[in-house]
Amino acid sequence: MGADGTEKSKTTYREAMREAIREALRSDDRVFLMGEDVGRYGGCFGVSLGLLEEFGPERIRDTPLSESTFVGAGIGAALAGMRPIVEIMTVNFSLLALDQILNNAATLLHMSGGQLPVPIVIRMTTGAGRQLAAQHSHSLEGWYAHIPGIRVLAPATIEDARHMLAPALADPDPVLIFEHGSLYNLSGELRPPTRPVDLDHAAIRRPGTDISLITYGGSLPKALAAADELAAEGVEAEVIDLRALRPLDDAAIAASVTRTHRAVVIDEAWRTGSLAAEVCARIAERSFYELDAPVERVCSAEVPIPYARRLEEAALPQTADIVAAAHRAVD
Amino acid sequence: MAEFTMPSLGADMDKGTLQEWLVQPGELVRKGDPVAVIETAKSSIEVECFATGRMGELLIEPGTTVPVGTPLALIEPAAEGAGKPEKAEEKPPVRPAPAPVSAPPAAQDRGHVEAGPLVRHLAERTGVDLAAVQGSGHGGRLTRTDVEQAAAATTAAGQARVRATPLARRLAAERGVDLAAVTGTGRDSAIRAADVRKAAPGPTAAGPRHLTVPVRPSHPPEDRTAARRQAIAGLMTRANRDIPHYYLSTTIDMAPAMGWLHEHNRRSPVAERILPAALLLKAAALAAREVPELNGFWTDDHYTAGEGVHLGVAVSLRRGGLVAPALHDADTLELRQLMNGLKDLVARARTGRLRSSEVSDPTITVTNLGDQGVETVFGVIYPPQVALVGFGRIVDRPCAVDGLLGVRPVVTATLSADHRATDGAVGAHYLTAVDHLLHTPEQL
Repeated sequence: MGADGTEKSKTTYREAMREAIREALRSDDRVFLMGEDVGRYGGCFGVSLGLLEEFGPERIRDTPLSESTFVGAGIGAALAGMRPIVEIMTVNFSLLALDQILNNAATLLHMSGGQLPVPIVIRMTTGAGRQLAAQHSHSLEGWYAHIPGIRVLAPATIEDARHMLAPALADPDPVLIFEHGSLYNLSGELRPPTRPVDLDHAAIRRPGTDISLITYGGSLPKALAAADELAAEGVEAEVIDLRALRPLDDAAIAASVTRTHRAVVIDEAWRTGSLAAEVCARIAERSFYELDAPVERVCSAEVPIPYARRLEEAALPQTADIVAAAHRAVD
Repeated sequence: MAEFTMPSLGADMDKGTLQEWLVQPGELVRKGDPVAVIETAKSSIEVECFATGRMGELLIEPGTTVPVGTPLALIEPAAEGAGKPEKAEEKPPVRPAPAPVSAPPAAQDRGHVEAGPLVRHLAERTGVDLAAVQGSGHGGRLTRTDVEQAAAATTAAGQARVRATPLARRLAAERGVDLAAVTGTGRDSAIRAADVRKAAPGPTAAGPRHLTVPVRPSHPPEDRTAARRQAIAGLMTRANRDIPHYYLSTTIDMAPAMGWLHEHNRRSPVAERILPAALLLKAAALAAREVPELNGFWTDDHYTAGEGVHLGVAVSLRRGGLVAPALHDADTLELRQLMNGLKDLVARARTGRLRSSEVSDPTITVTNLGDQGVETVFGVIYPPQVALVGFGRIVDRPCAVDGLLGVRPVVTATLSADHRATDGAVGAHYLTAVDHLLHTPEQL
């Protein structure tokens, strides 16, 4: 118990996610976890460490290195009444399962005239910043957010890592959860949720009046750091964490821009055809007459993400870039 | 000197706010030119000049509200025999001190311009004054390039766009700030909200206004809606209290009219197609000419017939309320012209830019609620008019045709009339005339 009487505990994003999976496995026999190295190795990022020992190989299943196969198997299990959690090691490899996700998971309810819901949850790591080079540094969640028929989540806080999984499993439709690789070691205190965690709404992570910093996932800590710097300079930035990339919380975006009249959209994906582009378009559609400056975007350089540390840092959105963009809009 | 006074733009108007002068002192004006924008409780109206002459002193500054009849400006009427100023140059140069008009300025160098027909045609199309263009061709001859360059220069100057953010534009419109007079502090000197706020601290803190600053709507839109509602309330209360209405109704067989219309539209390009409403309006207008007792005004206990049939058309506004501006001489318009006039009138009524003559002139009003789905409408007369014609939806109904039962498109036409001015027989005559006219649509 904390000093204020609420239950608090020091934890990490990784542990919070593991706790969420553990809770799901305990509370529902239909839930099982499946993916590459999730069992004996404990997950490529250590999320499922210890779960094999606790729940056994029936429910923590190591799969062959074939994303199309095990995502397809997960879809089949969901159709047959199970509640699979399928872990794809990273978004980079999810392209091998894109056909299963796009052509099966996202469409079967429609193609069957409403008879075949696909209650699958697919988790994967996304993003760059850990010197993994071009083939292992993609941020393709915006591509998935393009697809009707699935829900796309991007937990960016320990709370969301801990509490988004249960409602995702309860959703009768496919849900994709994107965990940014740089967030796993994020540590902090976890409070029990004060209200039910929903999957539809963006969150104001810091209120402000002068400019909206709209972001999600791995860019949230950078945006919050930028807001701190801006506050020191007298600019009160509001930080919006989108949380759900599909459906987008249009109302929250519009409400924030109505308060601040300026916006910077931060997205680690490439700028062209990105989720940031979609957010900008919605601002133009819904909040045009509120804008007092052109909308700014901070995205990754349009290059394959470099391996060299300095070059990688230069290619990705950084706090200084966000601060500079905010100044362009405000000054 | 004649006085240009605050006009009464409808029976419900007792005062108005001068919003903007569209002319400068010394400028030549012709009868019918819009000279000022007046804001009434209902909308902004462009007021036309009643005489031809030269604008004298402007007596009232924009932003001022004055009672109807207050002199707003002086107009020096055109001197008799000094030649028709209508024939003067189309764009008179602005002269600081208007000297007595001497020789008719039309005689100036016009004849000496050396330009071929292509160049003249191009100049006409682009609105370039050839006399003001320096020719670069052989012997100072005007070439096509000269005109094109002149046209480009005018366009560029005329459209020098103010760079302002959407929020700044919205604020400026709300607070009546002219963006051209605001200095922008944003990137590339863009005007931002803060610049507008500096220019006009708040909607309530409007200081003394200057003649040079055109004042846009001084009421925020919601006030305008409330004021318009009140104006309608006042007028309709008066109408119901003072006018002893009588009501007539008849069902008109629209088969011939719809058949003719179908055939006409089938042969016409989309832009030239005609809506049934145009036929109904035309029939209402022609019938009003046939029954002049219903086409005019009841004022001071007697009836005055209107000059011409100016058909008021009830237009519902998107923010609520309605106006009924006039389609001038609707009885003489071809259906195509009437259709275009109607489109133009509705568009301008909804954007709030009607002309004074349109607001004050209607001699009889038509309300057509057919597109709203109702079959019959008994309206309230717009004082001081004496009749209001209503049309409902055109619907297929079983009816007796030549002793047999047939399904025909029919419309219910109604008449609300002022019993002080006419009796039921006159009203019946009117509706019968509408019926007959719609049976011979080719003659409409």
